[in-house]
Amino acid sequence: MSEEKRGFFARLRDGLSKTRANIVHGIDSVFSGFSSIDEAFYEELEEVLIMGDLGVGATEEILDRLRRQVKEQGIRKPEDCRQLLTDSIKEQMHVGETAYDFEQEQSVVFVIGVNGVGKTTSVGKLAGMLKAQGRRVLIAAADTFRAAAGEQLSEWANRAGVDVIGGREGSDPSSVIFDAVNAAKARHIDVLLCDTAGRLHNKKNLMEELKKMNRILDREFPGAHRENLVVLDGTTGQNALVQAREFAKVTDLTGIILTKMDGTAKGGIAVAVQSELGIPVKYIGVGERMEDLQKFDADQFVNALFDRKEEEEGGRIEEP
Amino acid sequence: MAFESLTDKLQNVFKNLRSKGRLTQDDVRAALKEVRMALLEADVNFRVVKQFVKSVEERAIGQDVMNGLNPGQMVIKIVNEEMTALMGSETTEIALQPGKALTVILLCGLQGAGKTTAAAKLAGKFQQKGKKVLLAACDVYRPAAIEQLQRNGEKQGTEVFSMGTGHKPVNIARAAVEHAGKNGCNILILDTAGRLHIDEEMMAELSEIKENVTVHQTLLVVDAMTGQDAVNVAREFDEKVGVDGVILSKMDGDTRGGAALSIKAVTGKPILYVSVGEKLSDLEQFYPDRMASRILGMGDVLTLIDKVSANLDIDADREKEMAAKMKKGKFDFDDYLESMKQMRNMGGLSGILGMFPGRAVPGMGDLESMVDEKQLARTEAIVLSMTPQERRNPKLLNPSRKHRIARGAGVDISTVNRFIKQFEQSQKMMKQLPGMLGSKGGRKGKFRFPF
Repeated sequence: MSEEKRGFFARLRDGLSKTRANIVHGIDSVFSGFSSIDEAFYEELEEVLIMGDLGVGATEEILDRLRRQVKEQGIRKPEDCRQLLTDSIKEQMHVGETAYDFEQEQSVVFVIGVNGVGKTTSVGKLAGMLKAQGRRVLIAAADTFRAAAGEQLSEWANRAGVDVIGGREGSDPSSVIFDAVNAAKARHIDVLLCDTAGRLHNKKNLMEELKKMNRILDREFPGAHRENLVVLDGTTGQNALVQAREFAKVTDLTGIILTKMDGTAKGGIAVAVQSELGIPVKYIGVGERMEDLQKFDADQFVNALFDRKEEEEGGRIEEP
Repeated sequence: MAFESLTDKLQNVFKNLRSKGRLTQDDVRAALKEVRMALLEADVNFRVVKQFVKSVEERAIGQDVMNGLNPGQMVIKIVNEEMTALMGSETTEIALQPGKALTVILLCGLQGAGKTTAAAKLAGKFQQKGKKVLLAACDVYRPAAIEQLQRNGEKQGTEVFSMGTGHKPVNIARAAVEHAGKNGCNILILDTAGRLHIDEEMMAELSEIKENVTVHQTLLVVDAMTGQDAVNVAREFDEKVGVDGVILSKMDGDTRGGAALSIKAVTGKPILYVSVGEKLSDLEQFYPDRMASRILGMGDVLTLIDKVSANLDIDADREKEMAAKMKKGKFDFDDYLESMKQMRNMGGLSGILGMFPGRAVPGMGDLESMVDEKQLARTEAIVLSMTPQERRNPKLLNPSRKHRIARGAGVDISTVNRFIKQFEQSQKMMKQLPGMLGSKGGRKGKFRFPF
């Protein structure tokens, strides 16, 4: 286990260090390349943040705050800006204390998102994680649309050692949800994980289908703690904001799973989503194995993005 | 919607500058600030944007503003031209081996880009052209990836070659080529596992396939929603594996798709196809010039026009007839049914609305949610509940007939009344809009700047 653990941390660090190499390189050249804090300096900073997929809106907000603080605190040197900048993003990305309560309660986790972001994989990993904590887990395979989605989920469920309630390809996903809720009640399940079919957020009919599933969960399982997670691909650009906004109309989103963070993408869009919609990132996906889903730690995330000192200490991340 | 149309923004910038005859440096700078913002919001890579804006600026300063255009439009014209120059103006066809010789196509990309779906869609496309296609499942990692390809192959009527998950992808590829040769296939599509461009081992696997099997076309499948990282992905795949062309997936979302521009600018590789829906037929040729206006937020009016023409071409006579009827305001319920059918052929109302320059018309987004497709089905039921005579001559409709129709369609009488009233109004409107329909092709130039 400890070997696997190291493997995981190594990969997380690898992933984030690539992130870091890109952003930090930029940040460094900005902080050291300028001798005074002027417009050109801010412009350069803006470029760096936008390159990190933070988006124009979030970038402007962050820079406005920075400008204000620089003025208030009378900061002169660009290097002093670094701490201000990381602190301000950290603060923004902070996950609330009750964020993971659902893991300990009887709860329903509703996982939604566009196609190909890694919903099924995330559900599989979540199942494994919760099962390892000794929770009784059941998965509802409500992706009845994509060819062989059920098989993919069953494979994950086997690995995690949990049961799956499914339906035939092409059947109404809401009926799967309904059956799964009843099964969850009958079997005294602690956590019911609902995997749904990927859908683009601008497809009205498919979004209505999602609303229906949400209604059924509300109606049939009112006592359960609801956790509604939207899965966002870490490589996605500004469209992830629109996605989060649209999925938030379907259900009351309580968190984000940010996937594919083991690549070179910077995942900065998470900052943008948090800034504009106030939905916290709760988990990040950093690989394809069961253990590669990690609770999100704002300090760690931002430190990893900006601070080279933290590089050696990636292993400090707590195992869930 | 987060994005305001660039068109709108530029109109605002230039509101006070209408009378000027020449683009000054300040004009251009002010306009290009908005252009830059629009490109960044569309996820075009920052460096690409920088370079692009610079070249537009150089060209634009000092230019005469053409008659009939305001400065904002003039800048957009230059921007559009430059962008088309960058994206290429020609559509690129995938290069196949001559005659009946076997062409091997390798699909690669990140996880979740849509490779397996794209493979099945491509197969369908080639089969339509009379090719014999073989799909090979080389993804031995993702659970149920092979099943997914098999299901999709079944739906397309394409044979799928698979050896399970117990073999190395390179061996599967080799065996697939052999199998394709024996069975007289013209096209072999190798579907590979999603992989990270920085995963040396997995990238080496692709190179290994290419070393052992003659691959004629290596296509990179990229999610159209990819952000700034698109450049890294495309460059790495191109350097490590060698890419001949790109398929952009998930273009039916509302992303501007700036990744397309980044990829083209950085790798110079053509984008061959765009994937525009969940159905296995939803794969389209890529039109660079249209992509340019989509990235800038000017919509894809051209694609719409083409789709309309393609559908109407099927029955050119009917089109003329219909146009004539519309001009005279003699559009009846039969024609209404017909046009609804055609609309469905074009991918439904949402498909069409998606192609309009969404934010150029305020409230366009609302329109989509207002006119939902169920409502249309209900309206259709109303028309279908009419007798043929009533459909041809709406004047016949009296209260008793309306009641019968309401019962037949399962709707309230007020709904029927409202619909008929709307129909009459639109008849009147048609009369006032002569020349809206009927001419195609020749008007294309006009649609390029829809303001």
